[in-house]
Amino acid sequence: MRIGVSIIVLGLGLFAATGWSQERHAEVTVQNPFIELRTGPGRGYPIFYVAERGETVTVLRRRTDWFQIEIPRGERGWVHLEQMARTLDPDGEAFEVPGFSLEDYTDRRWEVGMQYGDFGGANVISAFGGYGVTENLQLELWVGQALGRFSDSNMLNVNISHLMFPDKRVTPIFTLGAGTIHTSPKATLVATNDRQDAMALAGLGVRTYLTRRFVFRAEYKAYVVFTSRDDNEEVREWKAGFSFFF
Amino acid sequence: MESRFLVLFLMALTALGLGACSRQRAVPADESGQPPVIEPEVDRRAIEQARIDTEDFEVGVYAGQLSVEDFGVNSVVGAHFTYHVTEGLFVDVSGGRSDTERTSFERLSGAAQLLTDSEREYSYYNLSLGYNILPGESFIGRNRALNTALYVIGGVGKTDFAGDDRFTLNVGIGFRLMPLDWLAVHADLRDYIYDIDLLGQEKTSHNLEARIGVSFFF
Repeated sequence: MRIGVSIIVLGLGLFAATGWSQERHAEVTVQNPFIELRTGPGRGYPIFYVAERGETVTVLRRRTDWFQIEIPRGERGWVHLEQMARTLDPDGEAFEVPGFSLEDYTDRRWEVGMQYGDFGGANVISAFGGYGVTENLQLELWVGQALGRFSDSNMLNVNISHLMFPDKRVTPIFTLGAGTIHTSPKATLVATNDRQDAMALAGLGVRTYLTRRFVFRAEYKAYVVFTSRDDNEEVREWKAGFSFFF
Repeated sequence: MESRFLVLFLMALTALGLGACSRQRAVPADESGQPPVIEPEVDRRAIEQARIDTEDFEVGVYAGQLSVEDFGVNSVVGAHFTYHVTEGLFVDVSGGRSDTERTSFERLSGAAQLLTDSEREYSYYNLSLGYNILPGESFIGRNRALNTALYVIGGVGKTDFAGDDRFTLNVGIGFRLMPLDWLAVHADLRDYIYDIDLLGQEKTSHNLEARIGVSFFF
């Protein structure tokens, strides 16, 4: 943990350094009769200035769907993406707002997400990273932690997921995978040993594009744990969560 | 008639061939040894698209006090990473640690030890969703207004304490003040809720945390 904190602090320093090294900012010309500058990046903040058609303003930064701009007089305010889309860049072309739309979603390559659910009666928290090998197939690495009444498990799985309609807002997913599970019984129970077993899984789920980079995903997975005992163990898992695409 | 077709055919073929050649050989004019036919006199305006700094991520550290049920109030330190999805909604991953003290029972009874030293260490991680319910501005003096937000947050996570991992729910409320456009100061109250059976009977334990922190947008 201490190492983690120091890494983050070091990271902060680096980010700050890169932030200050940037000098040039984009400039755009107002094309609408006017654009409204708000005091903060949100719809509730008051409008304190209106930049008129023909004025050239500097774009400093973007936060979610809001752009912070500076007017020649030196004042700074936040403008919504919708109004920014109706400004011109120095070329005279419409200012290209890198937005996030359904198209970006269907073109995605990387996906990172987290889920929460039930793993054979235990609470499970999972995180995954996925890479789109083809339009339909996604290779995913999952880590999970199941916290139950009698034991805790850590899981690591490699999955291959098939997206049935990759270009639609909602698509079913079919998953096959394999991995390992490490189970440690609770400390308050009579001492039993930790176990490490191989596991395989099959699953189906649904994935829905919500907004910007935000995706909702819910899944059902059936696991077979290849135990060293006589019988294999079967575990069913339900979980839902969100993910982001890049 | 036939020859006209032939001419047309040959022209088409030549055009195709030239097209193919020019696509294959993307050699600049001066490398081919011949001077360009027309010397352009007007410099093309070099326009590079300036990148816009998108600051949807936030990373920060915090410190505060954590009240662990039965185990005293102790200082806690942690770090968090936040992704702002929309102007209201954000996703937060955080982790922290603390060292708990002896219970009153352990102190009074003298010898009895409920936990070993390593079991007394308390650490947690959380995955949470937050929402800025009351964005606004705060005023310092006559000339300065700082953007603020009051947010609610809740999620799931794990607490490692007393020798076991415990599934933990967290709910909380926080206040974000932005002295600079890329710097935020946070004040947070959180409740970490989990079941613990350490003292013989299983019970739901509420562990309150009050903390302040600083974070950077990037």
